[in-house]
Amino acid sequence: MRALIARELRLALRQGTDSAAALLFFVIVGTLFAFGIGPDPRVLAVIAPGVVWTAALLAALLPLERLFGADAEDGTLDLLLLCGLAAWEIALAKAVAHWLSTGFLLLLLAPVLAAMLALPGAAELRLLAGLVPGTMIFSLLGTLTAALTLGARRAGVLMPLVTLPLMIPALIFGTAAVTAPHPGAAFAFLGAILCAALPLAPLGAGAALRAAAE
Amino acid sequence: MFRGERLVLRGVSFSLDGGGALLLTGANGAGKSTLLRAVAGLTPLAAGALFWDGAALRPELVAWLGHQDAVKTALSVAENVPRKALAAVGLEALADLPARFLSAGQRRRLAIARVVASGRPLWLLDEPATGLDAASVARLAGLCADHLAGGGMIIASTHTALDLPGAQVLAL
Repeated sequence: MRALIARELRLALRQGTDSAAALLFFVIVGTLFAFGIGPDPRVLAVIAPGVVWTAALLAALLPLERLFGADAEDGTLDLLLLCGLAAWEIALAKAVAHWLSTGFLLLLLAPVLAAMLALPGAAELRLLAGLVPGTMIFSLLGTLTAALTLGARRAGVLMPLVTLPLMIPALIFGTAAVTAPHPGAAFAFLGAILCAALPLAPLGAGAALRAAAE
Repeated sequence: MFRGERLVLRGVSFSLDGGGALLLTGANGAGKSTLLRAVAGLTPLAAGALFWDGAALRPELVAWLGHQDAVKTALSVAENVPRKALAAVGLEALADLPARFLSAGQRRRLAIARVVASGRPLWLLDEPATGLDAASVARLAGLCADHLAGGGMIIASTHTALDLPGAQVLAL
């Protein structure tokens, strides 16, 4: 499984456009809000948590269509299913690779975007602390829906429509973790969503992969 | 055996001993690929079962060569398939070349090298000779003969002649 993750990362590195596009998208969406709303730092600080979370969510969606799509097209998916790993292990490896090549990089850029939007330092720490489980949830649920929509016509349109509603709870509690006076509960909910997604998303994605290979 | 809603195959039965080969023949759409996918466990059987030494056939025993070559064009040839397997298909000189520069026939040979490198006992080859030149087809036949001589088994679908001496033929 480690070999599969390493291979996925090597592919992501060689075809760096997917990760780079997600990161650029993240920064550009965040910057557009600042342009659209104006330079008042008080207003920007209020919207900053929501903007950073939403931009991160949308950016994480970008590489998902190719997550299994490329493998299904060139026949690699059949080989993966026969490589001796269970289907859920393949899905988990894909989710880990997606997080390392997208979510983790978004985490590194998030402080920059938060600072651009004049978010105060203490809130920025809470934003990052929430985004750590948040980006993992994006990767896990995204892997699930990428597998579910594999082989569907217009999968690129269908996939966000299925994914985004699933992500709403993480978005709500993620921004609450920054803005609420007592953020403990919000962090607990984020942790709970992650704990639920960690076993369920790979299992569901694995079953969907098997069905798609039929 | 169903593909989608359509009944593709019914009443198929065969057995193979170590060193045995089975050639699947039949017109396009006769169900050769479907049967291979079912043997690999990729497509479920509607009824019936597959056995390996009396136990269920496990995917770890199977080396798969499908219609598509599963070559990652962003990686080099040697990153797609272990370097030591490339000599078997005559690609060792291209090991460090990015795989996107390979021709269709060379990609097919790379996929064949992956099957050879897998070391698994049962080769499932779906139209293995597609896109290969005469010399490569002969080399493929040699690789298959070596595999069979070592006690391995091969099930291959083919409508071009692949020279496998002593192979059973299953016409679908």
